[in-house]
Amino acid sequence: MDVGTALIAQSHRVDLSPTTAIVWALWLLVGFAGIFPGIVAYMVWLERKVAARFQDRIGPNRVGPFGLLQPIADAIKLIVKESIVPRPADGLVHLLAPVIVLASAFLTLAVVPFAVGLVPIDPPSGLVYLIAVSSLSPLGIFLAGWSSRNKYSLIGAMRAVAQLVSYEIPQVLATIPVVLWAGSLSLVSIFDHQAKFGWNAFTPPGLLAFAIFLIAGVAEVNRTPFDIPEAESEIIAGYHTEYSGMRFGLFFLAEYLGVFAISCVATVLFLGGGMPLPFSSFPVNLIDGSVGSYILADAILLAVFLAKVLLFIFAMFWVRATLPRMRIDRLMNFAWKYLVPLCVLNILFAAAWFEVVVRPGRIEAGRWAVGMIGVGLLTAAGVQLVFWANRKLAAAAPIDADWPAGGAARGG
Amino acid sequence: MVAHNYVFVGLLLLVAVGFALAPLALVALVAPRKRSPTKADVFECGVRTHGETWVRFRIQYYIYAIMFVVFDVETVFLYPWAAAYGSLGTFALVEMTVFLALLFAGLAYAWAKGVLRWA
Repeated sequence: MDVGTALIAQSHRVDLSPTTAIVWALWLLVGFAGIFPGIVAYMVWLERKVAARFQDRIGPNRVGPFGLLQPIADAIKLIVKESIVPRPADGLVHLLAPVIVLASAFLTLAVVPFAVGLVPIDPPSGLVYLIAVSSLSPLGIFLAGWSSRNKYSLIGAMRAVAQLVSYEIPQVLATIPVVLWAGSLSLVSIFDHQAKFGWNAFTPPGLLAFAIFLIAGVAEVNRTPFDIPEAESEIIAGYHTEYSGMRFGLFFLAEYLGVFAISCVATVLFLGGGMPLPFSSFPVNLIDGSVGSYILADAILLAVFLAKVLLFIFAMFWVRATLPRMRIDRLMNFAWKYLVPLCVLNILFAAAWFEVVVRPGRIEAGRWAVGMIGVGLLTAAGVQLVFWANRKLAAAAPIDADWPAGGAARGG
Repeated sequence: MVAHNYVFVGLLLLVAVGFALAPLALVALVAPRKRSPTKADVFECGVRTHGETWVRFRIQYYIYAIMFVVFDVETVFLYPWAAAYGSLGTFALVEMTVFLALLFAGLAYAWAKGVLRWA
């Protein structure tokens, strides 16, 4: 069937039965317009609390008990603030940029399976959809920096696009092993595969892919140590220098929504979604067709899923409180010279793991042990090879040779 | 639920845009609007901005964008291969190894040419 016929066949499947309409309405109005922004608002509160503890402060504690009403106070403050648009700016694009960034973050969450059956949509090409909508955000960020007509904004936007496109490659390539093992691009199939074969992070190529995905993920949401696009000590606030009031608030919301989304995706792809045990399909195998068993299993899955997501979010806050910002040349080097070659090699290791362990259709102890040791050694050798080659090449041509005193002043 | 997935995506897009525009509309109603020439200036650490902002920018960024396109197209080929790998057999692996090797040669060429040097 060619693409055109397939598309027509797809479009005839539109069937808005009352049940579907209700489920969708619940997802859109309660989930996307209610719960997710709520989670994000409290992530901001949590980050302020966590960052405060790391710096031996108390953090927000004035508005409500433990400062719990702080997000509401912040929202009111943002709404009553004047939105200042600079005179030479491109008004329409200036308005649209934060909307695009926020929409991109929202759309990403549409394919995340939170528990069995608890997924807004499950298109067969889920992962491609995910990559496609998440790469809309660099567009919004660039429009923001360009339309502001401020030099700092422009530099920030240029840096942002360079960084985001560079880290998108390793992030996308790191998901290839997962797709290869599950034999599908659907996130639900990837979850099902892990119920059978254990979490993807508990395989040697999976662990490497997981590490790369996390690093690239942190870079994709512009967080420390990859926050060069909004490096406040150099370029004011980067692409959102000229944004104030609620328009800035939208960027802020989008950034935290992005952190939440990337944590969800990492949990589904590498940490077995909501399954509490690495090598057991525990709550999924409880489902015996009765409604009670389904609710019980989903309650466990959802609770564990959110706990894992919270762990990721906390790790990102921790990293932010600990590490300084990377220099841009090292940042780009790291993406192209370390992560991309590692990802390419890792695809071959993933194929080896598939042949040894996944091919029989279920885990066999002997083959699994051979895979863990054999593919594990192979993967470790691959990592060593890439780092060794980079050390050799860097010794031949040190990157600092191009950075004499005042080098940074030449821009970039 | 055999409804079309992308109808949901369309609806979600509407919700997301609405969610972004609603507070902006509220701001237009509630927030003060006091224009002044100084306030509407672009922010520049207290001095007047000098020269045109929309200028031609460093070529380095453009080169990275080209590299991105090359590798992003690669992933479009890799996804279907990865999804179908289980039923394709060993020959598919050999083919993909050749493909990856060619791409890697491209990366190595760019690397040797100094494209990946941020200077």
